[in-house]
Amino acid sequence: MTFDSFFQNLANGISLGSLYALIAIGYTMVYGILRLINFAHGDLVMLGSYFAFYGVSMFFLPWWAAFIFAVGVTAGVGVVMEKVAYRPLREFPRINLFTAAVAVSFLLENLAIVIFGGRPKAFSRPPFMDKMLNIGSITFVSYTPIIIAVSLVLFVGLILIINHTKAGTAMRALSKDIETTGLMGVNTNKTIMFAFLLGSCLAAVGGILWAIKFPQINPLMGVMPGLKAFVAAVLGGIGNVGGAMIGGLLLGIVEIMLVAFFPSLSGYRDAFSFAILILLLLFRPTGIMGEVQPEKV
Amino acid sequence: MLNISNLHVSYGGIRALQGISLNVEEGKIIALLGANGAGKSTTLRTIMGIVKPDQGSIDFEGESLLGLKSFQVVMKGIALVPEGRRVFSNLTVKENLSLGAYTRKDKEKIKADIEEIYELFPRLEERHTQSAGTLSGGEQQMLALGRALMSKPRLLMIDEPSLGLAPVLSQDVLSKLVELNQKRNQTVLLIEQNARAALSIADYAYILETGQIKLEGPASELATNDDVRKTYLGIH
Repeated sequence: MTFDSFFQNLANGISLGSLYALIAIGYTMVYGILRLINFAHGDLVMLGSYFAFYGVSMFFLPWWAAFIFAVGVTAGVGVVMEKVAYRPLREFPRINLFTAAVAVSFLLENLAIVIFGGRPKAFSRPPFMDKMLNIGSITFVSYTPIIIAVSLVLFVGLILIINHTKAGTAMRALSKDIETTGLMGVNTNKTIMFAFLLGSCLAAVGGILWAIKFPQINPLMGVMPGLKAFVAAVLGGIGNVGGAMIGGLLLGIVEIMLVAFFPSLSGYRDAFSFAILILLLLFRPTGIMGEVQPEKV
Repeated sequence: MLNISNLHVSYGGIRALQGISLNVEEGKIIALLGANGAGKSTTLRTIMGIVKPDQGSIDFEGESLLGLKSFQVVMKGIALVPEGRRVFSNLTVKENLSLGAYTRKDKEKIKADIEEIYELFPRLEERHTQSAGTLSGGEQQMLALGRALMSKPRLLMIDEPSLGLAPVLSQDVLSKLVELNQKRNQTVLLIEQNARAALSIADYAYILETGQIKLEGPASELATNDDVRKTYLGIH
């Protein structure tokens, strides 16, 4: 492989990985706090792209306004999902919560089929995202650096929120001990809602960027990115936000590189991701950043 | 200041509290004593809104606390140092303290108060950037106490501070409570298994047995009561 095509593939891998990471963060934040794998999270990715699509095609919004609209509405769906489906079940065994998550996922997918229609729709990119860029002898489409840049800004913003704001500190405390966090005067319901809000916003951005990269949307489009992002979250160490970012990037890069180095294996791309998951669960179940913390009693 | 009357609480089929009444007067240290399972922690958890009572009333400074969530009880001016300390091991010492001040908005004053906690517990200052999980049991108890004080509670409740601590350390914690009570007029409601130590610092004490108040009175009187001496102080 030439140097140029290596870099082209690397950029491609990072942009795919950024998308996995954006989605993986929502899984990992919710898991960190509620110990729940929110299977409906992938469907928020789908909703994000559909709302952006309708923002442009139905409400004739300029692309940026449609994107903000889509992120806002998707975040609203995420918050309602927490309040209606998960909050009432929080005191019950985890399996109830888990079952509710599967149910919400099917509900959103089937509602989408009914409301949006089952036929795939063509998502049109804003014109400036369709340009060919040449840097030296490397060529990419302009959406590749845009995806990477947007994701990077969001990662940095999220890390700042989590580590340097009151709400972020409360979220980290919640992931350790919900009851004691309440004893600190934290409105735990509101903070859990805030975590869902952040996760849903990132999923919506992930969905819009996904539709820009692969410009065809359908009601089940969230399933595969959702599963891959879940693998990424486990790979990074589920419950750990930094881990989700690293896991997502790693998975994206490895997937693209696998196909680049061994084109004959390209059909096994998805199988490869899940093979990583199985191996990981066998040999390092805590993931890259996750560690078993010794607890003092 | 705090008036509990005829409080009944049950978990599942177990009646943990069967009509207890107690009173906490401002500026005093009140001890709640009793064996394991007598209902001491349940009492504090009910005050904090973690457990819902079946009947009875809890009034704080004339207002009912029934139906409030923990964070609302904290805003009314009550803080609980929970049993087993439960510091946030994934946060630093300083973050634990700041979280204790979550309900407050006065940033400058919070900073000054953290300094004050460091003066009270110098070990915490030495370790302020360390994660709380790396502290020893005694240090964690100091941190849990400091964290509760950060909300500026008018009533401080503390559940089994000497649990799992060496006798010297638990003496340390109790003497801090006395210091807080004398210097700041801090009202304290203390749960303790070590009845002797608790009676030595408390003004008034209640003795719980299987969900009922068995005995109450000024701590000095209870300390000389024959029943108490036999059952709780091990003196025959």
